[in-house]
Formats: sequence, structure tokens, C-alpha cells
Amino acid sequence: MRVTILLFGRLHDLAGTRELVRPVPAPATVASVWQALADEFPAVAPYARSMSAAVNADFAKMTTAVADGDEVAFLPPVAGG
Amino acid sequence: MSDRRLAIGPHALDVAELVRLVTGDEPGAHGAVVTFVGTVRASNLGRRVIRLEYEAYEPLALRAFAIISDEVGQRWPSARVAFHHRTGPVALGEASVAIAAASPRRNDAFAACRYVIERLKQIAPVWKHEYFEDGDVWIEGAVADPSDEKAREEAFRRSCA
Repeated sequence: MRVTILLFGRLHDLAGTRELVRPVPAPATVASVWQALADEFPAVAPYARSMSAAVNADFAKMTTAVADGDEVAFLPPVAGG
Repeated sequence: MSDRRLAIGPHALDVAELVRLVTGDEPGAHGAVVTFVGTVRASNLGRRVIRLEYEAYEPLALRAFAIISDEVGQRWPSARVAFHHRTGPVALGEASVAIAAASPRRNDAFAACRYVIERLKQIAPVWKHEYFEDGDVWIEGAVADPSDEKAREEAFRRSCA
């Protein structure tokens, strides 16, 4: 299965891209997609403890299931306002 | 969802429009309107700021805004809120966020307005890239988790302080 990964803030600087499409083995979760990302871009790994995530533009947990074609976003700590 | 009270995008913010959005439907129903405008500060942590650039995950930001608006409705049933956030480059002194809250009485309007900005800073997927004299840095604040009850209670406590 393939997923679209969106990266924001410093995460996109570290990975050098805002959006990428990657194959991931099924069954996938947010955590397994993150692991694939961190394997490809080790610089993002320290964010494992401080980032949050979304699947298809809704807030998600690391345990949330991810299906083929889903859009998974990784969010570093936010700073609006 | 298409609700003009909640928006994020590159357009300049219009406080008067926000006030209309929270009061326009029932003239006289609200005895108090409180507004908050967050603007870009020229110094941050000793750095001389040149400008900010805001990035957002817009569909999720609208989802977060709707969560915040619903939470306001639960805490202060008589209050109505509208708030808009800007994206892209924002110059010194310009508004990056604007909030209007209306209620029959001032206490709820002040509290609801404060709650929106506190909660927005906690959960809205918005990032601030600060460009200063000698470089640039991504400002990182809260881990966005709308289900974090402690954070929600902290926002409520500050709103009523």
C-alpha cells in the first residue's frame, strides 16, 4: 500500500520536502509510517517524543490505523497566534 | 464545513468583519463584544525580528478551530466566537490572528475570547518561522493534542483568571 506523508515546520526542513508518497507494509499505523520516515530521514527521529499526527486531516494517535491512499501528516510542536 | 466565522489563509485580517460575524444575526442580543488581535513583535527572546512566516495545515487547522468553537459553546453557551488566522509572511506590527467574542454579559465574552487564543496556541496546526537579524528559527510551542484534558483545563483556568 502507498501513503502520502505531509511534513510541516522544521520537519519539512529536516526532510527537505513537504510531501512524499511512500510504500508501507500493511497493516500500517501512524507509528509504522513514522518509523519508515525516520529510517529514511534519521534527522527527524528526535521528534518522535514531541510531534503529533493527523490522518486524512483529522487528529490521530500513533496507534491509529492507516489505509492505502491515506494522507498522514506529522506535526512538530505548534506555535500559532 | 463552511463557516465564515472560522478561517485561515493569506488574506489580511479584518476585525470589523469578525465583530459583524458574532453580532450581526441578532442585533442587540449581545451586550459585550471582546476582540483580541495578535500582532508581530519586533523582538523575541533578545532577537531583533525582521518578519514572521506562518505555515499551516489548513484543513486540520479548520478542524481544530471547530473543536475550539464547540468547546466555547459548551463552557459559555451564551457566547459566540469568530476567529481568523493568517498564513504566509506577516510584517512587524501586522496582525497574525484576530478573535471576536460576543455574549450578553462581559465576563463570558472576555473569558471566551481568552480561551480561544489559549486553546489555539495549544492545538492549532500552525507554525511560526521567525526571521531575525542573524538568521531564522522555527518557533516550537505545544504538542498538539485536542484530547489532552490537562491542557484544556489550563486554557480554561487562564481564561477565567
